[in-house]
Amino acid sequence: MGFYLVQFLTGLSDASALFLVACGLSLIFGVLRIVNLAHGSFYMLGAYIAFSLIAYLPQGAFFFWTGILLAALIVGLVGVILEVFLLRRLYSAPELFILFATFGVVLMVQDLSRWLFGAEDILGQMAPGLEGSIDIMGTLLPQYDIALIVIAPLILVGLWLLLNRTRWGILVRAATEDREMSSALGVNQTWLFTTVFFLGSCLAGLGGAVQLPKGGANLLMDLNMIAAAFVIVVVGGMGSIPGAYLASVIIGQLNSFGVLIFPQSTLFLMFLAMAVVLTIRPHGLFGEIEAEEHAAAQTAGTVLKPASKKVRLLGLILLILIFVLPVFVGQFTLVLMTEIALFALVSMSLYFLMTGGMVTFGHAAFFGGGAYSAALLVHHLQTPMELAIFFAPLAVGLLALIIGWFCVRLSGVYFAILTLAFAQICWSVVFQWAEFTGGDDGLLTIWPSKWASEKIVFYYLTMVLCIGGILLLRFFIFTPFGYTMRACRDSALRVDSIGINLRRHQWLAFAIAGVFAGLAGGVYVFSKGSVFPDEMAIPRSFDFLFMVLLGGVETLFGPVAGSAAYTWLHDKIARFDFWQLAIGCIFIFLVVAFPRGIAGSVHNRFGKFFED
Amino acid sequence: MPADSQDIMLKVEGLNTFYGKAQILFDMVLEVKRGEVNVLLGRNGAGKTTTLKSIMGIVAPKSGTITFKGKAINGLPPFKTCALGLGYVPEDRRIFSRLSILENFEVGKQTPREGLEPWTPERLFELFPNLGERRHHAGGTLSGGEQQMLTIARTLMGNPEMIILDEPSEGLAPVIVEQLAQTIQRLKSEGVSMLLAEQNLNFARTVCDRAYIVYLGRTHHESAIDNLSQQAYEKYCAL
Repeated sequence: MGFYLVQFLTGLSDASALFLVACGLSLIFGVLRIVNLAHGSFYMLGAYIAFSLIAYLPQGAFFFWTGILLAALIVGLVGVILEVFLLRRLYSAPELFILFATFGVVLMVQDLSRWLFGAEDILGQMAPGLEGSIDIMGTLLPQYDIALIVIAPLILVGLWLLLNRTRWGILVRAATEDREMSSALGVNQTWLFTTVFFLGSCLAGLGGAVQLPKGGANLLMDLNMIAAAFVIVVVGGMGSIPGAYLASVIIGQLNSFGVLIFPQSTLFLMFLAMAVVLTIRPHGLFGEIEAEEHAAAQTAGTVLKPASKKVRLLGLILLILIFVLPVFVGQFTLVLMTEIALFALVSMSLYFLMTGGMVTFGHAAFFGGGAYSAALLVHHLQTPMELAIFFAPLAVGLLALIIGWFCVRLSGVYFAILTLAFAQICWSVVFQWAEFTGGDDGLLTIWPSKWASEKIVFYYLTMVLCIGGILLLRFFIFTPFGYTMRACRDSALRVDSIGINLRRHQWLAFAIAGVFAGLAGGVYVFSKGSVFPDEMAIPRSFDFLFMVLLGGVETLFGPVAGSAAYTWLHDKIARFDFWQLAIGCIFIFLVVAFPRGIAGSVHNRFGKFFED
Repeated sequence: MPADSQDIMLKVEGLNTFYGKAQILFDMVLEVKRGEVNVLLGRNGAGKTTTLKSIMGIVAPKSGTITFKGKAINGLPPFKTCALGLGYVPEDRRIFSRLSILENFEVGKQTPREGLEPWTPERLFELFPNLGERRHHAGGTLSGGEQQMLTIARTLMGNPEMIILDEPSEGLAPVIVEQLAQTIQRLKSEGVSMLLAEQNLNFARTVCDRAYIVYLGRTHHESAIDNLSQQAYEKYCAL
């Protein structure tokens, strides 16, 4: 009995940090309408900064808590800097670009933290006066857990008072409901946004700081937390702070008791909980159904046209070049070209989804899923390469059907968040279930069949599969199914009202995209000879998104151009230490400077030339 | 500054506004003198709402000048326009449905303006007794008429010298429209200038001084409302 009670209390104390981070995220989303992916990074910064401050300040309980609070305030100020110098420039840009810029910040904070605080995991200091444990019916519970259990409801009440009993709170709630109207009533949104971002960032920093004595600080905290916080916000209902608390408690309990039932992957249980909640209440436990204003605010897209004669000619020249390339270049270039082709296929499948208005932030789950399906078949069943490459896309297609069933119920940012959460869960299963998947060590020696083991042969094999796949996806885009997808993107309501089953089309598109990304993953693993969980991780998903954005979303050639440019760039930059910092800077720079991407800019300048 | 230009509250000249590539307003011209209540008459899609939103700064006009109390306000964000004393009552009321009546007032509150008796919740409850009874109720629970009163009251909390009202009589029961007319006349007697957009000619006749007929994004006809030519009205506004 005591054991279960302690387990329950541990779950409650785990919920504290989750709640602090999630309610900050929710608050910022409610008012600014942006999903700050760097929110998890602020949580991580909170932990590192608190650790450094507590180590620097004198001993004692007073200075311990001062350090925690100061850390939260410093993180709040970092948030203000981000809001004032970056986000403010982007408020009128499409949501996707803002998300992207914040992911650039995630990468930068990653490398800066590694540089400032080191790569080693840090063990947090104990809270003075709370080092001991208390005995609950024979089981010990750390005293600090009690402190954590108390902190979350205190913050909940504090936030409630702030939002309901102060002028600032009333303005925040008004802006959450109708920004434009509150501006017309004389409320300065700029100032309000900055203060909200400050408070939200403070809460994330506080979350990181208070969990320090329990969980310490490490470089994986940011992405793990952002995925968990998303799940909580989606389960609790976007914008609802009591919902965030309830959802944190549920997830905390699941983690706490889940370890007893299913130790391989507690995140998998989180997924189940989210799936159940979203099936019953698509807008979360306390969420309210929102007007479809964001969907309508999408920028009018350019009309996609089938290739003109000149573009076909250009494509043909490219094909011939690809065909004769091995005569002129060495093995190294062939390997790079193979990689570019595979990534181009993945980007194209992602682009295909985007033409249906589905911007997924978890495409790496499909790519990595394909790679792991093939690798697992070879590793456990000694399947030959040809069969493994055949089955990988089918397995991922099935995975996409399962994930898609949930995701197509949502749209816009909610959809993006859900795909990201699912991808993180897939990653965690692969990462945690080491007996089956090799865990962090990956699966090695996955080599192609003998006939394809020459780099040149494998190059041609890849090219045939990838170019075939890309052309097939192109073909889909210009079938009635493709038109329907673009109609779904432009107006869900109108599509519904002319008798098209929107969800079914999107679901099918999701599965198709999964199959092609899975195919690329299946081939990829044989080109590398190994696979690691990184192929499924969040940064990988962003690589693909970045390729599409870099190429530009307005032209069909964009994903291919973007993949080539990015893979080449990555190959050059990844040799440096702290290359993530550089990539992060490039992300932000490109989003701010070239919102139309490479192919988009070319299209702008030379588009007329290629027309018939 | 000539004496008569001081009496001009709002002046709009050569206003051109676009939504994307589509031009909505073509060289719009209009004027409201201090203490006047003027109206834009026109069919759906004529450009009335866009004119009002352009004046407020909710939509950015591409060219033209908007002068309020002798000061150019084109390009200013809405909150600055509002702070200068120009209040806005939107077409679809847009009350904050999850905020109580008193909280809705709080959002609209601005510092008192010189020479005007500041509006307080108590003064507004005298003007709109129904709202006083339900001051702690959420805006979303009010009836259509009460919401229309609330949106006007909320704008008054900003102590405006001039108010822009976008189709205030739309969708209201006749008895409520009558109350609304009384409210507007009462505000006018306190010296508040107003610019309305309307489709209801009878309502406009009871409260307005001058009328502008808006058709396909242009001002087509301007006259005192009592002299409004039936011909022009029928040509451009009647359904």
